[in-house]
Amino acid sequence: MNEPTPNRWKRYADWDERPLRLDKFAAEDPANGFSAFSSPADPQPGIGIEGGQVIALDGVLDRDFDMIDRFIARYHIDVEIAAEAMAMDCAELARMLVDMNVPREKLVRLARGLTPAKLARTVSQLNALEIAFAYSKMRARKTPGNQAHVTNAKDDPLQLAADAATAVAFGFDEIETTMRVSRNAWSNALACAVGGAVGRWGTLFQCSSEEAEELKIGMAGFTSYAETVSVYGTEKAFIDGDDTPWSKAFLATAYASRGIKMRCTSGAGSELLMGFHEAKSLLYLEARCLCMQRGMGVQGTQNGGIDGAPLTATVPGGVRELMAENLIAVWLDLECASGNDARSTESEIRVGAKIWPYLVAGSDLICSGFGSILKYDNSFNPSLLNGEELEDYLVLQRDFEADGGLTPLAEERALDLRKRAVDAVSAVFEELGLAAPSEDMKRSVVIASGSDDTRSFMPRDVALISEAVKNREITVIDVIKALATRGFGEEAQNLLNVVKLRVSGDYLQTSALIRDGRIISAINDPNDYLGPGSGYRVSEERRLQLNSIRDVLDQKEVLRSEAMHEKEEARRIRYRNSGEASESDDAKDVVIGISPAFGVKLFQTTAGHRLSEVLSTLIEAIRQRGLTPRVVRFRHTADTSFLGLSAARLAGSGIGIGIQAKGTAVIHQRGRLPHNNLELFSNAPITRLEHYRGLGANAASYALGDMPEPVVVPQRGEAMGSRYHARVAMIHAIETGMIEEGAAPELIAVMLTGQKS
Amino acid sequence: MTHGRKDYPLAETRPGSVTGKRGKALSGITLDAVLAGEVTMEDLRITPRALQVQAEIAEDVGRRTLAANFRRAAELVDVPQDFIMEVYELLRPGRAASAQLLLAAAEKLRSEYGATRMADFVAEAARTYEERGLFKYRF
Repeated sequence: MNEPTPNRWKRYADWDERPLRLDKFAAEDPANGFSAFSSPADPQPGIGIEGGQVIALDGVLDRDFDMIDRFIARYHIDVEIAAEAMAMDCAELARMLVDMNVPREKLVRLARGLTPAKLARTVSQLNALEIAFAYSKMRARKTPGNQAHVTNAKDDPLQLAADAATAVAFGFDEIETTMRVSRNAWSNALACAVGGAVGRWGTLFQCSSEEAEELKIGMAGFTSYAETVSVYGTEKAFIDGDDTPWSKAFLATAYASRGIKMRCTSGAGSELLMGFHEAKSLLYLEARCLCMQRGMGVQGTQNGGIDGAPLTATVPGGVRELMAENLIAVWLDLECASGNDARSTESEIRVGAKIWPYLVAGSDLICSGFGSILKYDNSFNPSLLNGEELEDYLVLQRDFEADGGLTPLAEERALDLRKRAVDAVSAVFEELGLAAPSEDMKRSVVIASGSDDTRSFMPRDVALISEAVKNREITVIDVIKALATRGFGEEAQNLLNVVKLRVSGDYLQTSALIRDGRIISAINDPNDYLGPGSGYRVSEERRLQLNSIRDVLDQKEVLRSEAMHEKEEARRIRYRNSGEASESDDAKDVVIGISPAFGVKLFQTTAGHRLSEVLSTLIEAIRQRGLTPRVVRFRHTADTSFLGLSAARLAGSGIGIGIQAKGTAVIHQRGRLPHNNLELFSNAPITRLEHYRGLGANAASYALGDMPEPVVVPQRGEAMGSRYHARVAMIHAIETGMIEEGAAPELIAVMLTGQKS
Repeated sequence: MTHGRKDYPLAETRPGSVTGKRGKALSGITLDAVLAGEVTMEDLRITPRALQVQAEIAEDVGRRTLAANFRRAAELVDVPQDFIMEVYELLRPGRAASAQLLLAAAEKLRSEYGATRMADFVAEAARTYEERGLFKYRF
């Protein structure tokens, strides 16, 4: 331990050690682009229309339009609506966004006529809660969904297949992969496509790679969507990103022409990271990105910081800004894969706070990359939530009865699916002559939590597989045939179902995904929120799914665990009822009052001590001081204080101990008020036998008229309630269930057999 | 007849009339057919017709820009992949040294593939790039 610094409150040193202090925070500095919501350089909202043409946009005249202004003026602004919409007050629009009586369609219509500056200024007026609420109302599809990253540090296709299968089983609607080594793209694509077809069909899949390569992989049928078509909010950033609004719009059209679902990507902070921010606020630049995307005619956006989220979170209000830009996205009627992607903090509290509004509000895809794998395996860099924290997220769903798109997965099922996926992709490799994974490789992957645990393919092996897939022009049809030939008919059919989606193009529509084998989108599952009882509601069936986390305790489980101890305790101790206990006048008499279920239905304390041992420890400690312990069972109460007080009233010394089966104990004295005891041992889960020994000794001391040092059971801030209260409440219900009003105290002859095990 | 919300999703409302590029109906694309070698990647490609219908549906639900993209996409269905990538490359900043190259690509889209909307779009890019000085070599 460090020596305290004389002139520093040591609490700051404690705080220095918290993960939070690894986060860096940036000062607000609009001139240098560090401003979330507004900057002096942001334009005033405004529009000029002449002859059906936009001649001025947010204070810039037609002849001065940069590419982005030009594109927005030409493709986003609906001149039939602009005059009406722009004439409205920002405050009025803001109120409409949170007014549950104003339907979504009305606001979506107005957004078609709003400029970036107007959109940004309007949502700026909402606080975080209002943004979350408006988001919930404005998102396009009713049913929420989620997306996972599936990658690993070795680009190992066996692990990709296994992890894709588990991600699918957890309920992710989309999975996204990328590579450590870019030439491994084809192998990654094939492996995830196969793994994603295990267990059920309908999970969409993308392989994030170089633009042209990604489209080719899509054409070969391995992937079903793309989202890496990035746009930027300043002209210079766009050019620096090696594209223009026109080139990106062209690419978007190319994807649609191949029947592949596509969304753009944009997010606050990218222009700032790239050094071309024009001193504009993050939100204003993002509003430009989003207007462009609507103009391009893409169905959706991956938005909410994305790679810029960590930078945005360093700015005051940055996290609120991320929410605000997502709101603009859905207001513009775009599908929103709402970020919660790049890990923006080392603080688990900031992680939980970041995700919460989205979990409760719902989103088309809550995370645009929940790291379903371990952090170090995430080739996109760690996500806000990762394989490590996935169970925390499942519990958040259960806590808030909020549908975050995921469903708990039983351990045995997970293992079966992983094995099936590894076998399936191995069969495809063998059938197509791509590789022959050994049994040891496969086994190591099936049980691996991450690539550190595997003995499998390394990136160089993968490059050979990948180049063979590409050069031999292997397509998804070859893979489907290989699967079917090798006995993976179900997976073959599942994969075929996904590829067939592109023929009808139904899933090109806004916010489309597959649930239970059917397409749902903003068209046939529109968000119809109009207040309580409308919009998305967790059905009873879904609620039970969300509840089904593992290791849930119920009373049956408690009784089963107690029954296991019953026989053993019967060998160690006998409690013989020796008639009604009466008051003693022996000054050496100390009464130990035990509870109704003590040793009858319950046999161990919450700390796991056998009651025979606890009781013998108390008896021994009292005897050692030359006093006479007397065990009395009370059946009229199970309350510690009254057990203790009743014991004290019978005791000749006037000192009694009250103890419940769960181990909570008290030293009491005749004549005191019930809750004004001498010593209380309330934290049974951390009360050790030495504390019970001290308890017995101190009770004896009080009986002898001494003033002993009270026993302090040290606690280190454990969340005792979260760890034990469920069990405690169930145990206590067993105690109270045995209470009999007016039951007389019973003198118990305790016979300890001396048997220890 | 114009399609709308009621026709969505096409794969469910009319699986028999949705076809792939070679005319094979969606309902005929089965695993057995794949195993019998009767299905090629061409059968798994969207048609201009399907994109037009999706455009009509998008319009019916008030998504005009999405519909416009589907209509442009319908024009690109038959444009070979290599030419698509060539046009995309030309549209990237600094790839074309002058508007002429882009305008030529637009012309080819128009005359060879009947992609008039896409051609107009590319020609508009050429004009905008000219205004914004994008036709200069980037090192």
